[in-house]
Amino acid sequence: MKFGVVVFPGSNCDQDCFYALNNVLEVPVNYIWHRNQNLEDYDCIVLPGGFSYGDYLRPGAIARFSPVIESVVNYVEKGGLVLGICNGFQILLEAGLLPGAMIKNESLKFVCRDIYLRVESTESPFTEDCEEGEILSMPVAHKDGNYFIDEENLIKLKERDQIVLRYVSSDGTENETGNPNGAIDNIAAITNRQRNVLGMMPHPERSVEKLLGSGSEDGLKLLLSAVSFIKERG
Amino acid sequence: MSSGQPSYKEYGLSRKEYEQIKNILSRKPNNLELALFGVMWSEHCSYKHSKKTLRLLPTEGKQVVVGPGENAGVVDIGDDLGIAMKVESHNHPSAVEPYQGAATGVGGIIRDIFTMGARPIGLLNSLRFGEFDQDRVPYLFNNVISGIADYGNCVGIPTVGGEVYFEGAYAGNPLVNVMCVGVVKKNEVMLGTAGQPGNIVLAAGAATGRDGIQGASFASEELGEDTEEDRPAVQVGDPFLEKLLIEATLEAFSTDAVIGIQDMGAAGLTSSSCEMAARSGVGMELDLLSLPLRDENIEPWEIMLSESQERMLIVCEEERVDEIKSVYNKWDLEAEVIGRVTDDGQLRIKKGKDTLAEVPARFLADDAPEYDPPAKRPEYLDKVENFSHHQLDLEKNKNYSNILLKLISRPNIISRSWIYEQFDHMVRNNTVLLPGSDAAVLRIKGTDKAAALAMDGNGRYCYADPREGARLSVFEAARNVVCSGACPLAVTDCLNFGSPENPEIFWQFKESVKGIGEACRELGISVISGNVSFYNESRSQAVYPTPVIGMLGVIDDVNNYTDRAFKNPGDIIVLCGKTKGHLGSSEYLKMIQEDENVYYPPSIDCEKELKLHELILDAVKSNIINSAHDCSDGGLATALSECCLSGSLGAKLDIKIDGMPPEAYLFGEDQSRIIISLNERDLDDFKMLARRYNIDLTLLGHVCSKPRLVIGNYIDLFLEEMNDKWSKNFADLPS
Repeated sequence: MKFGVVVFPGSNCDQDCFYALNNVLEVPVNYIWHRNQNLEDYDCIVLPGGFSYGDYLRPGAIARFSPVIESVVNYVEKGGLVLGICNGFQILLEAGLLPGAMIKNESLKFVCRDIYLRVESTESPFTEDCEEGEILSMPVAHKDGNYFIDEENLIKLKERDQIVLRYVSSDGTENETGNPNGAIDNIAAITNRQRNVLGMMPHPERSVEKLLGSGSEDGLKLLLSAVSFIKERG
Repeated sequence: MSSGQPSYKEYGLSRKEYEQIKNILSRKPNNLELALFGVMWSEHCSYKHSKKTLRLLPTEGKQVVVGPGENAGVVDIGDDLGIAMKVESHNHPSAVEPYQGAATGVGGIIRDIFTMGARPIGLLNSLRFGEFDQDRVPYLFNNVISGIADYGNCVGIPTVGGEVYFEGAYAGNPLVNVMCVGVVKKNEVMLGTAGQPGNIVLAAGAATGRDGIQGASFASEELGEDTEEDRPAVQVGDPFLEKLLIEATLEAFSTDAVIGIQDMGAAGLTSSSCEMAARSGVGMELDLLSLPLRDENIEPWEIMLSESQERMLIVCEEERVDEIKSVYNKWDLEAEVIGRVTDDGQLRIKKGKDTLAEVPARFLADDAPEYDPPAKRPEYLDKVENFSHHQLDLEKNKNYSNILLKLISRPNIISRSWIYEQFDHMVRNNTVLLPGSDAAVLRIKGTDKAAALAMDGNGRYCYADPREGARLSVFEAARNVVCSGACPLAVTDCLNFGSPENPEIFWQFKESVKGIGEACRELGISVISGNVSFYNESRSQAVYPTPVIGMLGVIDDVNNYTDRAFKNPGDIIVLCGKTKGHLGSSEYLKMIQEDENVYYPPSIDCEKELKLHELILDAVKSNIINSAHDCSDGGLATALSECCLSGSLGAKLDIKIDGMPPEAYLFGEDQSRIIISLNERDLDDFKMLARRYNIDLTLLGHVCSKPRLVIGNYIDLFLEEMNDKWSKNFADLPS
């Protein structure tokens, strides 16, 4: 088994993802330089958070044209597993691997804090080990995390069970207080129709150790879920 | 400037300084040379007014790896690791163009840290603005916060702590001090040296443009009426470029090819080249034709004085140039050979074959005149009084609940969450303690240790008593890291004052430095780096004397730390230290005061303070306390409110107030006091410890699940009501 963490110019959370996989989960992981196109050896590709290309033009708009993304598109077609976190999610949207778009947070300000998530679908390699309706806690840190999709496609997302995580309040209710950025329908994470790509704004790699921050280890659940999925797939 | 015959005055030099330059060169300097001297001998670069006084600070110690004089200081934390740290001001740029001023302040201090070979792990900031309802203050405040957020977030270094205060004295001249810390292997510390003659000099990073020209000189005079005209002196930052520069530079260091490096910060190429040459006792020859430029028409003097951001000057051996270039190119950055190290000690600026300037590097870098300006005790200090409790309006049946609500809704006290939620404070996965406690705690990967960081300064205290105020700032910063369970280890300081040419201001400066020195000696720690910012005046109104202390403490076992939040209903709440009810210079007094009188700040008993530190550190280590919080602004009642609100738990305190008015007890700011909470079963152990350290304890009451704060018969408030006031957004404050 091998994970690959892509490094774009401006990636910030590449080392955090690497640390979470390598030091906490203790699974094999390599960095993949953005000019690299060979993804054959990998069982899961992580597009980490940060400000690839300084978020110039739009978050993800330039990274989407990098050589590695060309390969990621093929990789996804062949059924490869891809997790896009924060800026990684934005890149997946720009690359057309996931539907919808990101706009500025409703507050127009960067927001960094712990939020609560409800698992809406366990039909994803990343949430298989969770219970439907389970409440998870982990941080968000972004300025452009306000997910938007037109109504027609929102209905399709729902019908196809592509909404994987929603922002909720601590008691699990879906409301405005629980939504850190104004995302439509409180959407925090979605998957593609083939269900092998997950894009999420919250940072699972930041909640893998009791020692840090609020002490949540809920991010582990998502990453471990992917690990056991890969093991089972063989 | 290229036309006509500008006089030395236009370069900020005095007649005497000009004569000295003529003596050094044994000829008249040309305009470019004059410009080089002008900027290097400016206050900002040469510390000509402060150097002598700064020698009063303790800067040596067995834990000091690199002291003041390099890009940043480095202190030994064991495990073969060092922490590099430094604080710097960006006050004037932020007054004129708050967004870019603050952003480039962040960028500059980060470069000072990674040029030491250190991986930056955290940022803090200390900010001062006018009163929130004063003209331009909300504008300056909002843009400074956005500037810090956008730069720090993009560059991927967490902003984990700091402080902000609002006082009328800063209305025309806000203070923006930024501190950065990094981790470096002790044997891999990089220095700004040039090494041997024959070495090659490279410029890496951004191309040189016209921005920030004479920023250093701009920082060395008072702000004028038309500060808008100074906008070209403010640099423009690109955090994406900085991020690439961090990664490329740290990667270049790992090749071992880099001999020396320096950020092209204040005074840009001029200061970096002459300082590197001077440190190694060599010369440097630079060809401006080789330097990547943004604009072909830029004049030589503009090139030399440009403060374009995100640039580095690197020295290496000739045969290793390609290795360094290829690392920077990998990160889509330029690294171009622009000159070489020579044996004649001269800084020689050439354009192709033409020599444009030739001056001894050492004179430029180190031989600025040193002044010991006259210092005179300010007259206002004669009128500073001790505040007497009799001056309070002693009517009975005051509504102390309402007073507390008013106090905790003041901009100087309300929750800072609106600010720190705009900063990515978790990136790099080291943030053990989230912002909002007394200190930030960052674990050091690969060790069991953690760094605790705090910034403190109290301009109001320092105005009333510069020496004691500065001393109190050091002790408060130390107390804050102690409250997290860390032992204070080193200080970086940022000294913000008005014009040193005013004897009363210079007296404030001298006294403050003495106070810092005293406190550091009492704590047994050193000042390893720092920054002096003079001329913080506008319309001849100087800011409060504001020495800001950045404190580093180390926690040996990262699992043994504490924060200020109450944790468990039933825990006993204990006050360590004595309450005497000192109201002079307090936030409460500021709130109720109608006259302009100045009152003495609290004083400190060093011996008691040190014993208090030992008590808390011992108790944290033995795992017998569940929270610790320093009593500072707003006094005991405010501190208790913060413990409750941070933990979302109530508290019932059965106190009786004797011998002083209730407001003195509740809101007085006596130093050396820490509120702790602990399980009842550990109370006897804690009492025994306190006896050993001879610290007075007051059993105040206990933590309760009911969301209500009850303090004797004086205060009875529901947390929800308090939270409404305390968690108010800065955006919603009346302006």
